[in-house]
Amino acid sequence: MLGRTANGLYWMFRYIERAENSARLIDAGLRMSLTRSQATEDDWDGVLQSSGVRDIYDDLYEKLSSADAIDFLLRDRANPSSVMSCIDAGRNNARMVRTALTRETWEATNECWLDLKAMLARRVKAADLPEAIDAIKRKTGLIRGAFHGTMLRNEIFNFSRIGTFIERADNTARILDVKYYVLLPAVSQVGSSIDNVQWESILRSVSAHRSYGWVYEAEYKPSHIADFLILNGRMPRSLAYCYEKIVSNLGYLAREYGESHAAHATAEETLTSLRNHSIKDVMDQGLHEYIENFISHNNRLGQEISDGYRFY
Amino acid sequence: MMNADNSPRQPYSTYNDWYASQDRARLIAKSKDAENIFRKTGITFAVYGHADSSEKLIPFDLIPRIISGREWRKLAQGIEQRVIALNAFLDDIYHKQEIIKAGRIPRELIERNEAFLPQMIGFRPPGGVYTHIVGTDIVRTGEDQFYVLEDNARTPSGVSYMLENRETMMQMFPELFHQNRVRPVENYPYLLRHSLASLAPPGCDGKPRVAVLTPGIYNSAYYEHAFLADMMGVELVEGSDLRVIDGKVRMRTTRGYEAIDVLYRRVDDDYLDPLTFKPESALGIPGIMDVYRAGNITIANAPGTGICDDKAIYSYMPEIVEFYTGRKALLENVPTWRCSEPDSLKYVLENLGDLVVKEVHGSGGYGMLVGPTASKKEHAAFAEKLKARPANYIAQPTLSLSTVPILVNKGIAPRHVDLRPYVLVSDKVQIIPGGLTRVALKAGSLVVNSSQGGGTKDTWVLED
Repeated sequence: MLGRTANGLYWMFRYIERAENSARLIDAGLRMSLTRSQATEDDWDGVLQSSGVRDIYDDLYEKLSSADAIDFLLRDRANPSSVMSCIDAGRNNARMVRTALTRETWEATNECWLDLKAMLARRVKAADLPEAIDAIKRKTGLIRGAFHGTMLRNEIFNFSRIGTFIERADNTARILDVKYYVLLPAVSQVGSSIDNVQWESILRSVSAHRSYGWVYEAEYKPSHIADFLILNGRMPRSLAYCYEKIVSNLGYLAREYGESHAAHATAEETLTSLRNHSIKDVMDQGLHEYIENFISHNNRLGQEISDGYRFY
Repeated sequence: MMNADNSPRQPYSTYNDWYASQDRARLIAKSKDAENIFRKTGITFAVYGHADSSEKLIPFDLIPRIISGREWRKLAQGIEQRVIALNAFLDDIYHKQEIIKAGRIPRELIERNEAFLPQMIGFRPPGGVYTHIVGTDIVRTGEDQFYVLEDNARTPSGVSYMLENRETMMQMFPELFHQNRVRPVENYPYLLRHSLASLAPPGCDGKPRVAVLTPGIYNSAYYEHAFLADMMGVELVEGSDLRVIDGKVRMRTTRGYEAIDVLYRRVDDDYLDPLTFKPESALGIPGIMDVYRAGNITIANAPGTGICDDKAIYSYMPEIVEFYTGRKALLENVPTWRCSEPDSLKYVLENLGDLVVKEVHGSGGYGMLVGPTASKKEHAAFAEKLKARPANYIAQPTLSLSTVPILVNKGIAPRHVDLRPYVLVSDKVQIIPGGLTRVALKAGSLVVNSSQGGGTKDTWVLED
């Protein structure tokens, strides 16, 4: 396979994953502002930070308002992580690697782009926002469905999956990075309503507010939430789950090509650490430091994959 | 499509019966379906200079253009003769230049032509084939009167539309293909791959590795490049993927660099090799021309073939065909005035209202004047351009092009068409029975180019 094709697949799936995550973040922000007795614009500050685009926002807008923040996250092409920017970039990459995709996968991607472009052509009214967020999740879900249902499990599949999980791990880690203080036992008043809202918002931004309840019997506890998002191997957006997938897909490539790269060692090291630590270890080490360290390792892994497989 | 007595011509009779039994509203709904299929699949092209809509659909008309087997055989013989002559001409002008010595073509027309590449002098491509893929544009003016409008011998495009149009028709109206014996075009990608692989260079050891070279996703024909690579099962590469290493052109893969033997390039000559041609080109591969001349890669079509589909050379095609095949051309040329010649220029200026004037190196319907439909003002402006650079233009009479029916809201209406059959050249000449029918969608218009609002149709060649 061409290095450029591997690169295109990797980024196509990173962008689609990011579009979906941006939609989730908006959803969580929206929810939070609805449940607060006194809605504050600060809620959107957290969302913008989780998305890593607070600086760009400040360059473009005088002050923080929920309407502007939502529009910026949803459809501003000046924001490289807005849903529309991601869908554009994902679809452009898909166009570049078209010959590597099944017709179903390409068409789902192209339709997602056509439909969202039409839907996001102008500002979305507050009343239409829930439907818009649903549509984004649905359309990106269709791409995933077509991809899983029709693609051969070969190197094309592996590079696509690696892109998905590097991005997803980064997203989950960023949410934790911005909100880590809410999960620290020292400052949290367990059970206060403000905490409950914050915790729920974290879980909601990874679509895990229901599944959390199944696993931890609906008991909101910061260490449980951290455990769920970091170490729980059954939770599809946890760091541990993402790394199980990254390591297994890199493993397929190593077997098929008969060689491994620096990326393989890096990914396995991270996975081992996620497997062997308890949430207490993580908290003792310092949640914030742990997450920062993870994000920088995850970035390094992306670079090593790009080098090892000659993306450029 | 009709006879003089207003009855449908013979090849259309079965279709006509079917059409009469159809509900028009249903057909119009089908027409919308077809458009959705094309949009969903992303069968689009880019119109340069259209900022608002970088990707456009080419309108598809669902009434097929039908050609009888007898008509086709006649056309095919003429095309084959012409393509053989084009290859012989290219081989000659890059070697002995007999045709110039014989005084049939002026030397300066060749050697001062931008499309003539001195780098090709004395070099013979693998198998002696210059034009691997040709798309000959043909128009019809009467029952048995065909004219060749252009020989697209560089990188003819549109073949993906031929294939997708057929696919769409078979999906929408399978019954039509039971009732009519339509010759297949679907095996084109297979034939193309084999044709390319059969002309592997001497330096190829083992199974020839074929790739399609595209300028990238922003090129107007990118869809077609991806489609052809996909259908042939070969890599779609860009210049940035390729590098010359150890005397071979190699592509960067996830496992290292791998050699390519045959490159079907959809990049113009000028951009092919920054070391030989345009130094600023980022689309090409530095050093590929050296690899080519050393016999380690086949480039299709060969660099320098553009000289034979130049519009000034076109006017010499009857002489060229006769010179190399020893027979009169079976297909006629449209009478052409070369404005470089003073007598012709005078005639053209006096008769602008009846003529079509084209740029010698132009394509895509850009920069031309259609005399009968242009305004007085446009005539005057164009006359100035002609006087300033006469050698840049040729002129042709406006032909009364044949029409075929298209589906409009009120039923069917006649529109002018042309036809581009596709030809593959290897050790044999293969002409795909069918091609791309382009249709002017505006009533009375003679301009069929997709960049100027033309559409396409499925083209049927019947077995008979």
